[in-house]
Amino acid sequence: MATVFQDQQLQRVNGTHAPDWLQPIRAQGSAAFAAAPWPTRKTEAWKYCSLKTLAGDSYHADIPPITAANNKDLAAAATIAGLDSYQLVLVNGQIHPELSSALALEQVVLFENANTDQQAAIAEQLANARQQSNHHLFNDLNDAVLNSGVLVTIGRNSQLDKPLQICSINTGAESAYSVNSRVLVVLETNAELTLIEQFASVSAHDDNSFTNNQTDIQIGDNARLTHYRLNRMQSASAFIGSSRIDLQRDAHYQAFHLGLGSALTRNDLVVNHNIGGSHSEISGVYVPQGSQLVDFHTCIEHAAAHCTSNEVFRGIINDQAKAVFNGRIHIHKDAQKTLAELSNKNLLLTNKAEIDTKPELEIYADDVKCAHGATVAQLDDKARFYLQSRGISEQDAQVMLSFGFINELLDALPHPVIGDWLRPLLAQRFGRAPAFTTEQVEALS
Amino acid sequence: MISISNLHAKVEDKPILKGLNLDIKPGEIHAIMGPNGAGKSTLGNVLAGRDGYEVTAGSATLNGKDILALEAEERAREGLFLAFQYPVEIPGVSNLEFLKASVDAIRAHQGKEPLDSVSFLKKAREKIKAVNLDQSFLKRGVNEGFSGGEKKRNELMQMMMLEPSLCILDETDSGLDIDALQVVAHGVNAMRDPNRSFIIVTHYQRLLDYIVPDYVHVLADGKIVKSGGKELALELEEKGYSWLESEA
Repeated sequence: MATVFQDQQLQRVNGTHAPDWLQPIRAQGSAAFAAAPWPTRKTEAWKYCSLKTLAGDSYHADIPPITAANNKDLAAAATIAGLDSYQLVLVNGQIHPELSSALALEQVVLFENANTDQQAAIAEQLANARQQSNHHLFNDLNDAVLNSGVLVTIGRNSQLDKPLQICSINTGAESAYSVNSRVLVVLETNAELTLIEQFASVSAHDDNSFTNNQTDIQIGDNARLTHYRLNRMQSASAFIGSSRIDLQRDAHYQAFHLGLGSALTRNDLVVNHNIGGSHSEISGVYVPQGSQLVDFHTCIEHAAAHCTSNEVFRGIINDQAKAVFNGRIHIHKDAQKTLAELSNKNLLLTNKAEIDTKPELEIYADDVKCAHGATVAQLDDKARFYLQSRGISEQDAQVMLSFGFINELLDALPHPVIGDWLRPLLAQRFGRAPAFTTEQVEALS
Repeated sequence: MISISNLHAKVEDKPILKGLNLDIKPGEIHAIMGPNGAGKSTLGNVLAGRDGYEVTAGSATLNGKDILALEAEERAREGLFLAFQYPVEIPGVSNLEFLKASVDAIRAHQGKEPLDSVSFLKKAREKIKAVNLDQSFLKRGVNEGFSGGEKKRNELMQMMMLEPSLCILDETDSGLDIDALQVVAHGVNAMRDPNRSFIIVTHYQRLLDYIVPDYVHVLADGKIVKSGGKELALELEEKGYSWLESEA
């Protein structure tokens, strides 16, 4: 039996207008979504990820207009202090022209503005995305309601001179509503890009939106993408996102994920090592609190020989919050000489906090090196004693060490300025503001 | 300053300290020497309040307070400082934030306001220079990736920031080259004060060429078996410890 959510979302499909050239993909998505069973505890990929937040509402209300928040708040939400970037700001899924300097770039095209060639390229990518592994009903829904999106193309041997930031901000409304977000990225041979995707809320009351995001990325031969996906939406919001990355020969992909936590935050990440010589490096941090739920499902497909992948996720789960981490490494028969590493460490701060962590290793090649591990850690007693022996209370020592546990990953970010920006945001979570400003710390060199 | 009387302690059910007595007056430097396994490091850990070191008898009072009844952090706030033999690395916790939290915790105990960040940085820069470390070490994780010598100098730097009344240096000289040894010795000598006392735990006489102690004690099998002036260290260097062990 279909849920209220499914029924209402299908009505939403009919209610949105879209250009003709998107209709075939919408029809496929809509048929698949209508036929898809609603995930339950018995659905393996959703076993620990309850969708009751969604099922309990229709998320069918009209999307609040862009004017629902003032520009100053929106600009502040989209700004990463100290980072000079091209920005694309979407408010409740609609482009905010005044805050979107990236619109002037020829590399960035909105679906609605695409010329015939670009339409063909977009349609091809959308069709490819439907063939990907881990495809789920929310991807179908994303296709079904598709009427806008962003295509980023970095041409052969070229790069943007600044990072590109795509910031989705939801403003919240009286009745729950849905936002569809679709991003396609193509890096041609030898191209280079830093892409920052942010999902944030600017809302006086609770942001009760549901965001369905899908970001599909092609990284060509010898091309490099540095990718941040930072989710810091408000507590009541629901987010389901997918990022799928196809790596060609000698391509390089580096990503950092942040899941600050909300009523539902689900992220599916698939990295396909299609041709030899590619490398992926993925890290992530999640810190749910209250009764929040954060779920990361990652899958590294090693389909070709001589590729390397390294994945590190760390989580701190507070109160009665819950986190799910599922890290799959799939090494295909021909993927000889693969080096793959996966580590997931978790700290539970209370007795009621929950983590369901599951590394999955499937290896069909015989000459590979693979390491994986998942732990639910206690804080290091030696480190705690060291802090206490300097006069710091046991409780403060716990806080410092917990924060340090994730700060290690912030310290390693390829853009230190993003680490500097996130640090106070995360430190707050542990009730501890940094004692020094970035400028003061930077001066110590 | 500190008065230790008939101290017995065990680690994992094994008795290590077996009736140790030591009285240190303000301003004095006491060196404790002795063979491996005599209980030298245990003494520092017991006084600092490390878990797993169980006191079975005896007492230790710091400035009149029974410190054995206090938590580790309370002992630090009362003015006890242990420079560790093996300082732990804590990646992700910045040296600077750690030091600030530490200084402020001790100040709070003394009824003082937290130090403002500008004054703190000024002092931290000054002290890190005094131990001959680049100020960029302040930005790094606590002891993270520091060499053995850098860790020891960082311990000394913390000691200078916290201005404790009793400093226990647990084999601070081990693993130091002669230049680093002189840096440490110079730092300790600069901190000598009529109101501050030191316990220098060491294997070798070498450090005592630079930090001249008022008293030298030999710890063997959990007890002090011989005490003397600084010349005792030279005698030990020459004769070793075996003659004392047989005496004990």
